Amino acid sequence: MIPALFFYLFAGICIASALMVIASRNPVHSVLYLILAFVNAAGLFLLLGAEFLAMILVVVYVGAVAVLFLFVVMMLDVDFAELREGFLQYLPVGALVGVIFLAEILLVVGAATIGGGGPRVVVAPIPTDVSNTEAIGLVLYTKYLYFFQAAGVILLVAMIGAIVLTLRHRTGVKRQNIAEQVARTPETAIEVRKVKSGQGLEV
Amino acid sequence: MSELLQHYLPLAVFIAVALGLSAALLIAPFIVAYKQPDPEKLSAYECGFNAFDDARMKFDVRFYLVAILFIIFDLEVAFLFPWAVAFGKLGLFGFWSMMVFLAVLTIGFIYEWKKGALEWD
Repeated sequence: MIPALFFYLFAGICIASALMVIASRNPVHSVLYLILAFVNAAGLFLLLGAEFLAMILVVVYVGAVAVLFLFVVMMLDVDFAELREGFLQYLPVGALVGVIFLAEILLVVGAATIGGGGPRVVVAPIPTDVSNTEAIGLVLYTKYLYFFQAAGVILLVAMIGAIVLTLRHRTGVKRQNIAEQVARTPETAIEVRKVKSGQGLEV
Repeated sequence: MSELLQHYLPLAVFIAVALGLSAALLIAPFIVAYKQPDPEKLSAYECGFNAFDDARMKFDVRFYLVAILFIIFDLEVAFLFPWAVAFGKLGLFGFWSMMVFLAVLTIGFIYEWKKGALEWD
């Protein structure tokens, strides 16, 4: 009863905010609705018993990806009134993609239910004595070592790629070099000169 | 299943209290606050001027770089959580597999430090 109540609460808010993502006029509002959708999806994962996925969804998607989306929206400087004029133009393509996706989902769900629950046989029973996070940790670092290391390499590539693409150092900017500053002595900083009378001094 | 969800009961109570309190604070001004609308209250003040253009302007791309580096290290930390939870059962092999993973990312970290990506200018 109570889980069903929370399921309908999360699912309802999730669908409504997903609708608002594409319906709201301001792209910044769209991103905020997207964050709401993420949070509610995390709640749905929690109801399924997938605690780790739920928390990672909050940490990574809500904490980081949403911020990135906000930056992208801010940086693109989209004129949304202009975008809206072409809205109907893209509607057939979007509707086609949506219909294809719906058909695929129906095929998958239909195969699972009409075909006597074929895929359900494949799914291993969920062990009850280990927690979710521990179950992932037990296999990810040993059994799936190559995938784990590949993930590390992909992160490295992303890091280097982001730096190569966006890092531009401005020239002619004076930077503070603290080591040089601290290493100054009276000998290097001060110079004592004799000034001859009537001739001045060349600097 | 329901035993797991019972652990989250305090969270649900917390969210309910937060929602109730913020809704009360939002709705209360509409009911009790003194209202006297005036167009002058919304206008630019005496010696100010009207806005030139939209407040949303283009960001410097360097903010994006900071954000994406944050995401990458965020994901790295996400990989550390299950490792830490299962640490006792993983043994030496699991330990060194994580060390190699961290070493690969440390190479990236040294690269960005030397490139000056962590400095603002």
